[in-house]
Amino acid sequence: MEWETIIGLEIHTQLATQSKIFSGASTAYGAEPNTQACAVDLGLPGVLPVLNEEAVRLAVIFGMAIEANIAPYSVFARKNYFYPDLPKGYQISQMDHPIVGVGHLDIEVDGETKRIGITRAHLEEDAGKSLHESFHGLTGIDLNRAGTPLLEIVSEPDMRSAKEAVAYMRKLHELVRYLGICDGNMQEGSFRCDANVSVRPKGQKEFGTRAEIKNINSFKFVEKAINHEIERQIELIENGGKVVQETRLYDSVKDETRSMRSKEEANDYRYFPDPDLLPVLIDEAFKSQIKANLPELPQAKKLRFKTDYQLDEESATILTTSRPLADYFEATLKTATSEPKLCANWITGDLSAALNKAGLEITDSPISYERLAGLLARISDNTISGKIAKQVFEELWQSTATADEIIAEKGLKQITDTGAIESIIDKIIADNQGQVEQYRSGKDKVFAFFVGQVMKEMKGKANPAEVNKLLKAKLQG
Amino acid sequence: MHTKSLTELAHGLRSGDFSSVELTQHFLNRIKKHQDLNAYITVTEEIAIQNAMAADARLTRGQVEPLTGIPIAQKDIFCTLDIKTSCGSKMLDNFIAPYNATVVEKFNQAGAVHLGKLNMDEFAMGSSNETSYYGAVKNPWNINTVPGGSSGGSGAAVSARLAACATGTDTGGSIRQPAAHCGITGLKPTYGRVSRYGMIAYASSLDQGGPMARSAEDAAILLQTMAGFDPKDSTSVDLSVPNYSEGLNNSLAGLRIGLPKEFFSNDLNSDMAAKLETAINEYRKLGAEVKEVSMPNLRLAIPAYYVIAPAECSANLSRFDGVRFGYRCENPVDLSDLYTRSRGEGFGKEVKRRILMGTYALSTGYYDAYYVKAQKIRRLISDDFKNALTEVDVIMGPVTPTPAFGIGEKIADPIEMYLSDIYTIAINLAGLPALSIPAGFINDLPVGLQIIGNYFTEDRLLNIAHQYQQVTDWHQHTPKGFE
Repeated sequence: MEWETIIGLEIHTQLATQSKIFSGASTAYGAEPNTQACAVDLGLPGVLPVLNEEAVRLAVIFGMAIEANIAPYSVFARKNYFYPDLPKGYQISQMDHPIVGVGHLDIEVDGETKRIGITRAHLEEDAGKSLHESFHGLTGIDLNRAGTPLLEIVSEPDMRSAKEAVAYMRKLHELVRYLGICDGNMQEGSFRCDANVSVRPKGQKEFGTRAEIKNINSFKFVEKAINHEIERQIELIENGGKVVQETRLYDSVKDETRSMRSKEEANDYRYFPDPDLLPVLIDEAFKSQIKANLPELPQAKKLRFKTDYQLDEESATILTTSRPLADYFEATLKTATSEPKLCANWITGDLSAALNKAGLEITDSPISYERLAGLLARISDNTISGKIAKQVFEELWQSTATADEIIAEKGLKQITDTGAIESIIDKIIADNQGQVEQYRSGKDKVFAFFVGQVMKEMKGKANPAEVNKLLKAKLQG
Repeated sequence: MHTKSLTELAHGLRSGDFSSVELTQHFLNRIKKHQDLNAYITVTEEIAIQNAMAADARLTRGQVEPLTGIPIAQKDIFCTLDIKTSCGSKMLDNFIAPYNATVVEKFNQAGAVHLGKLNMDEFAMGSSNETSYYGAVKNPWNINTVPGGSSGGSGAAVSARLAACATGTDTGGSIRQPAAHCGITGLKPTYGRVSRYGMIAYASSLDQGGPMARSAEDAAILLQTMAGFDPKDSTSVDLSVPNYSEGLNNSLAGLRIGLPKEFFSNDLNSDMAAKLETAINEYRKLGAEVKEVSMPNLRLAIPAYYVIAPAECSANLSRFDGVRFGYRCENPVDLSDLYTRSRGEGFGKEVKRRILMGTYALSTGYYDAYYVKAQKIRRLISDDFKNALTEVDVIMGPVTPTPAFGIGEKIADPIEMYLSDIYTIAINLAGLPALSIPAGFINDLPVGLQIIGNYFTEDRLLNIAHQYQQVTDWHQHTPKGFE
């Protein structure tokens, strides 16, 4: 039988605020346990939450970016359950009235564009962490993370493969970083994913029973976990079994999912509006102020790069996947007054390769945009050839010198003086009469040999175009 | 000294008739002498003397506010830095907050002297002060009767002159009912008028702190210090605070008083009805007009309250889990055992009953039938008051169905106990301000008159109460043995 997979994702993004969503404590990652938890975060008796307006602003930015309706009236609710790292015994979240309503995100898979619906996005507070290691059978509680603002983004069950799910997750990851609302650091848990997965015979209208896979924290694991879960469900059904609605945990070491709790064991969260917080009212003035300062979105930027800079689809796509990369490109271009195409090629080519190899982000690039611009300027004005440029690039990567300093120090300046090139060509032709005969008898391939010889003689510094032109003329006699 | 009003005490301190240390020592002596009333959970003798010395220094420098050097006491629901805050519960018998409630902070700023923490029903759940882990409080008017609750310690302490005045909190009548039973003046302000920060929550949408004092004049001075917007409490209202003492002597000529026919039905005890009639006649003499009003949804107040308040409390009290503070059971074998026994052993019966009711009301499948419906009723009740308050300026009625009942009389019957608040609960649901003033005695036990006003009209309520207290002396009576 042919099967169809249905996937919906719930993604928790930590919003990049300075302080927590309901207290003034810092949200910085990695402090000593329990040093960034104030009385409110600890849920001490009598304390009250006060909403951080910045968290609301960031949520609205996201809503606008996915063209969603921003709720003029949204409500915080208490989600009740007991857990040691949940200090109040309830999590402040949103239920019936989320701040961001229905929106969408377009993804590209195998060259096709697909629109993925986003059901809602709501604000909530993060819980603390339970640490089970190194406490001799006891559990340690760290409440530094408690109260960190989260935006939970819930998709429609619109994805049909693990590949699509990963594409959606990547796109969303790219977007939140673009908007500057989340640092996207997956290792620190700033961007976490739960996946709802079900299968159904192809052509069937009703959804199959779904399983929820919790806390899959890398793109690689999302793909693996979903694929594993699809296989598990199909195998189960084909062997006469039934998928049960449950929560499953992905084990990345064993590459399998295993049951965490069934629907029957699921908590009744007893949501109700939090009486300590007023409804959040968002007016047009607040929205238009945010709209005016909204950064250019990836799609719009890509289009602009294609029209303004005449970049091809691929370069434009790569350059606009991350805002810092796009900014780097435009900053370089502005400084270098070089050809956009040349600039794009260097950034998507040599620079990206070097960064990848070193495991660095563009923001940590050892070559600043000014120094890369210095290199591009020398290529554009023919001071150096493309080949020499690669050598200069290596030096730029290793040192802090400018391209001009490197070119001067190593004597890499390109020779465009036709007289100098001509004399070398004459010498080469004189020394290699056999090859000259071959060329003249129609063996065009030999031309490359002459180019190579000239370049070798001139230590690569000759202008290749000039060499080609002069060689051709002289060989044809 | 203990029979003097706050104004008289402030005058005595300023003119050097007595020092704050002398005054404080006097109250501390009275507290010790009458400790069998069980009004206090904690007496902070050393802190009180320190506060008094600081106040005396301030008085010498002339940096005086109306409460500087005046010995007051806090209901043990307000968190106090470095002093135990028990909320009347075993659960918090070992709890010392690392912060002051905003209200406490304001009293400290004003230079008031902190005598101690007053007894109360556990987590403010009760109408007789019998649910306290620290035992029942006795009513100074008759030690076999209850002082009311949940601010029973506050009511008894002010009535017996064991503090110049006190704070209370009112979720369904917890200031007004003990004020009525103890023969003092108690005001529940408009919801949002007084900060709830540091006041341990019972039902967050209903809880409101307020003054408990010997007279409206004293209550005005107390409220002046307590009221105001607090950025730490999102539900506090950012509205300027009027001068509550300024308008106390305004004339009541033309005041329109409404008497809800639902309050004065045949169910009302005839002695109580007679006392109220006498009090209302005083108002007629002061120039007020009296008319009947109707609020048909009042009868739904108790059932709606006993869904909403327990629902909120079921979540508010989840934080008492034995993990971070408060009571923890001995030798828990696992997490579930830690939770179950810590909460099972730490909470009293009435608290558990309300947590269970609230948990039930919020459960899937019951939420719409209980919680949502109760919220609708709450709106209907608010509308009833709003409508009535377009026809009249204030509404008057009883505070309690009967004078103070006997200790042990109702504790075994929760429904009977819940009905003690039948005249007060609706006001909390509507969020309105209301006060209780002494209006006579039945069998030597005080009865209260309730005056309910529109939102943020505390100044007018205090004025109306004060004018009555200018022509009557019920508030001047002191229980025997406490003169």
